[in-house]
Amino acid sequence: MNIVVLVKQVPDSGADRNLRSDDNTVDRGSANNVINEMDEYAIEEALKIKEAHGGEVTILTMGPDRATESIRKALSMGPDKAVHVVDDALHGSCAVATSKVLAAALGQLGADLVICGAESTDGRVQVLPHMIAERLGVAALTGARKLTVDGSTLTVERQTEEGYEVVTAATPAVVSVWDTINEPRYPSFKGIMAAKKKPVQTLSLADLGVAPAEVGFDGATSAVLEHTKRPPRSGGEKISDEGEGGVKLVEFLATEKFV
Amino acid sequence: MSEVLVVVEATREFGVKKVTLEMLTLARELGTPSAVVLGGAGAAEALSAKLGEYGAEKIYAAEGAEIDGYLVAPKATVVAELVKRVQPAAVLLASSQEGKEIAARLAVKLDNGILTDVVALAADGTATQVAFAGSTIVKSKVTKGLPLVTVRPNSLTPAPAPASPAVEQLTVTVGDADKLAKVVERVAEQKGSRPELTEASVVVSGGRGVGNADNFKLVEELADLLGGAVGASRAAVDSGFYPHQFQVGQTGKTVSPQLYIALGISGAIQHRAGMQTSKTIVAVNKDGEAPIFELADFGVVGDLFKVVPQAAEEIRKRK
Repeated sequence: MNIVVLVKQVPDSGADRNLRSDDNTVDRGSANNVINEMDEYAIEEALKIKEAHGGEVTILTMGPDRATESIRKALSMGPDKAVHVVDDALHGSCAVATSKVLAAALGQLGADLVICGAESTDGRVQVLPHMIAERLGVAALTGARKLTVDGSTLTVERQTEEGYEVVTAATPAVVSVWDTINEPRYPSFKGIMAAKKKPVQTLSLADLGVAPAEVGFDGATSAVLEHTKRPPRSGGEKISDEGEGGVKLVEFLATEKFV
Repeated sequence: MSEVLVVVEATREFGVKKVTLEMLTLARELGTPSAVVLGGAGAAEALSAKLGEYGAEKIYAAEGAEIDGYLVAPKATVVAELVKRVQPAAVLLASSQEGKEIAARLAVKLDNGILTDVVALAADGTATQVAFAGSTIVKSKVTKGLPLVTVRPNSLTPAPAPASPAVEQLTVTVGDADKLAKVVERVAEQKGSRPELTEASVVVSGGRGVGNADNFKLVEELADLLGGAVGASRAAVDSGFYPHQFQVGQTGKTVSPQLYIALGISGAIQHRAGMQTSKTIVAVNKDGEAPIFELADFGVVGDLFKVVPQAAEEIRKRK
């Protein structure tokens, strides 16, 4: 099975993150950039499928030059190769345009199965899997906590607010996964060394047949007008429990009219 | 005034979800609200009274196994057809997994911009979003097409405005391309009478400090006394204390209740990302240096196994 895993480089969600003051995009220059956490689960799932059923695992990333670091890191977990869509005109692209570019790249790669994280930690928008599936005319099985592959049939279990659903589709399909699906492996030393030699193909917009005017700020379908830092919360009253902590807590709730 | 389409979220058990009522309330500021019900046979009938109570002037319904038996693709097709026909001023959906997924497909079908996790929407289409774990407020706008936005639960207070909507059944023609992801089973899990986590006005969450699954009874007891939902930190979920669907944080649910009580939660960024826009935050933790106290309006440094039962007892006394 030919599996493509979508990997996004994002600013570390454990550190301070900002939007740029000049063009309102995510400030990646000053951030510690890492693989989007959920994507590691997607990579793990792809590797498990390859180990059980054979095939090839390709990483697909759209992002600036520096995303190469994340691509190498992803490859060190075990995938076979990577494709990096990189083009200066992509800066400022909205989700709709991003899905257009990724769908064009996936069209060239001819994947049986596309796996991605359910959301990225920077945008948390959760729309790309369905946008890509809509463009490619393939099934989207989203929010998987379990994925079973039986020949060309995919079965996914996904959490819903009322319980869970079991959903099936035939390949080709897009599957997005939550962090409940598996436990991603750590890259081994051998894996890290091997990753340095694995092929990384770069593709430009011209290679994909997408016009620069369709992406970036020119092609954006939405715009950030302004952004401000929310004033940090400041701690209020803090007491030490001297035997009356529970009562005092309820007294506070009563003054705030919660009880 | 132009119609504003509100795509209804409802559950089999509780009917119309609160976020739908919020969207209807918001829609009244932008135009004339029309509710769109997408579900199994008879779905609209069961929901129409409530939708009317909150100002739906019209209800469009697309019902049946063609709609309900597959993941969101048929629903997106129905809404896209409706948008082309009625040319609404805006389309509002819930910022839930399903709402975002329908919106995603709509955006591609209509070549239209999309904004998610919107907490306010002005009449000129300017949306307010909260980004980066609640640390950044963003004003944004759809610049191509109509405002297509998903609204975060607990963004505004629903206000009734009675109307008597007529139900218009939409003729649904769902093509094979929309039937690729088939739902073969829906399993309902016991939830009891607690409100849904993202919609609850009170959330009581437990973390690693709760110690084990059995001790979560303490968290549940306090939640029930306050009429709230139960949440859990990632550490608690990873340790198997509580199911994943209740996880609050960066890789779980984002909640924004009136009152958030954190029990035995240190307050790592992972967790804060999901709860720091809560109105009032209360924390109980034995470590006085825990970062959760930097957010808490009221903090108790102490043993939660002493503080929580005492608090529960005190609430019972006052009732």
